[in-house]
Amino acid sequence: MSLVLDIEKQLGNFHLKTAVKCGNEVLSLLGASGCGKSMTLKCIAGIEKPDRGRIVVDGNVLFDSEQGINLSVQKRHVGMLFQNYALFPNMTVATNIRMGTRREGGCDEATLRSVMERFGLLEAADLYPHQISGGQQQRTALARILISKPDILLLDEPFSALDSHLRFRMEEEVRSVIRSFGKTVVLVSHNRDEVFRLSDQVAIMQDGKIDRIGKKTEVFRDPQTVNAATLTGCKNISPVKILDAHHFLATDWGLTFCVSAIPEDAGYVGIRMHFICPGEGENTFACSVTEEIENPFSYTVMLKKSDKEHVRSFGWELDKEAWKEFRKKDVIVHIPETSLHFLKK
Amino acid sequence: MDLYPLWNSIRIALISTVIVFFLGILAAYYIAKTPRIIKGILDVILTLPLVLPPTVVGYLLLRIFGPRRFVGAWLFEQFDLKVPMTWWSAIFATTVVIFPLMYRTARGAFESFDETLAYSGRSIGLSNPFIFWRIRMPYCKQGILAGCVLSFARALGEYGATSMIAGYTPGKTATISTTVYQLWRTNDDALALKWVGINLMISFIVLLAINLLEKKEGRFVARS
Repeated sequence: MSLVLDIEKQLGNFHLKTAVKCGNEVLSLLGASGCGKSMTLKCIAGIEKPDRGRIVVDGNVLFDSEQGINLSVQKRHVGMLFQNYALFPNMTVATNIRMGTRREGGCDEATLRSVMERFGLLEAADLYPHQISGGQQQRTALARILISKPDILLLDEPFSALDSHLRFRMEEEVRSVIRSFGKTVVLVSHNRDEVFRLSDQVAIMQDGKIDRIGKKTEVFRDPQTVNAATLTGCKNISPVKILDAHHFLATDWGLTFCVSAIPEDAGYVGIRMHFICPGEGENTFACSVTEEIENPFSYTVMLKKSDKEHVRSFGWELDKEAWKEFRKKDVIVHIPETSLHFLKK
Repeated sequence: MDLYPLWNSIRIALISTVIVFFLGILAAYYIAKTPRIIKGILDVILTLPLVLPPTVVGYLLLRIFGPRRFVGAWLFEQFDLKVPMTWWSAIFATTVVIFPLMYRTARGAFESFDETLAYSGRSIGLSNPFIFWRIRMPYCKQGILAGCVLSFARALGEYGATSMIAGYTPGKTATISTTVYQLWRTNDDALALKWVGINLMISFIVLLAINLLEKKEGRFVARS
């Protein structure tokens, strides 16, 4: 159970060049829209044809430009969940699901019923897709895919078509599907929370290329690139001017940091909003509050270094209770060295 | 009153509609997949009969199927077949004239099709013909049905090209439209009026059928 992918495709000015390897796990492709993540999925599914490269699932070569192999979509046994679920509008829920078994010559009523039962679709069996809820539509689509016994599961922005209150429930369902599926799953998303909760490996994409790939905890802890930092939710990013072996200036904010080491290729520094804390110690700065933004369960406080004029503010996120206690016009914040992400140019 | 023109008109229109149903959707389906430039050129060629005077179509057909012309001569030599002035030669005329109607409505319908339905069908193992007939066609049913009815109605009313290639022989090649012309020419006003009435009635029924079908088919259109 694995996926080995190394492909290239030119589309006008856009050049897609991705290479990933993953085993029995969930790989997420995280990126802004138009970064090529959906195109990569389509290449695996066989809907798009790469110009060059190789795609192997479980040792089966689906595509190999050198050997001239390009299996038809039908022969790839790739289950793909589309953003809009792509249910056949002229067929009932039961018939839609049954379509997934045609490759193997259909299935008996009992099998179909048990699958519908598992997905809680028995009541909707005779309804048409436009008569059921978004959640039921997604479950129908998942049931139709799983009954077709795919070797790999591709999820293309699975929750983007759902209302936010439904998202969480559906994510739970997808998580249980993934768990029982037990093979390689590739998830495409632009939502970092979703990605973190669902996946094992994360590949961060930009302009058709993967600029950071690794275990999700690694990637979130040490994003390494500006794009990866942004996509994993790091809101404070500033260019860096290296002063000496232990000191650098974050030019946007006018803050000078003292650290144990600075990587040579550091071009930017990122600081996550909730890693900033009040207090003493090294790297402590006197700041004035320029804005206070209330979130449902926290505050985002925009800070600016007190004694500097032309500097940009940076965000600090903290619990409501904590800010109520601390609330001042001028604050002293501590930015621990461990919370600094050095990012490549 | 000899009802032969009615029967002849209906069979010509029906047969050509069936032919055009297949040719039109086939052309619409495959041309939609071709590169842009080829699509543009083919589109112009296939739509041409819609704007050409039917007499020009008739003339071109005679150039092809005339007894001393290329295809016509070959058919006569091989199969002892003379195309012009037979009842079924009118089928050529109507087919050419109504083809663009079917082609264009089918293409419009196919363009509105959500391709992800085809992709998801293929990924769960459905064959391409199955997807075409059981998913794409039902999805586009409304447009294609409208194209059929429209084509049938137009075929029923075809006059110019038909009169050139099939002529007017009572009881043999006469259709409603050529009969009306002939009756008017011979000052048989009463009978001409009867045929006009019949024609109006058929057209009325056909158009009513389109409207009713559209209402009935509306249920798939409401989608999330």
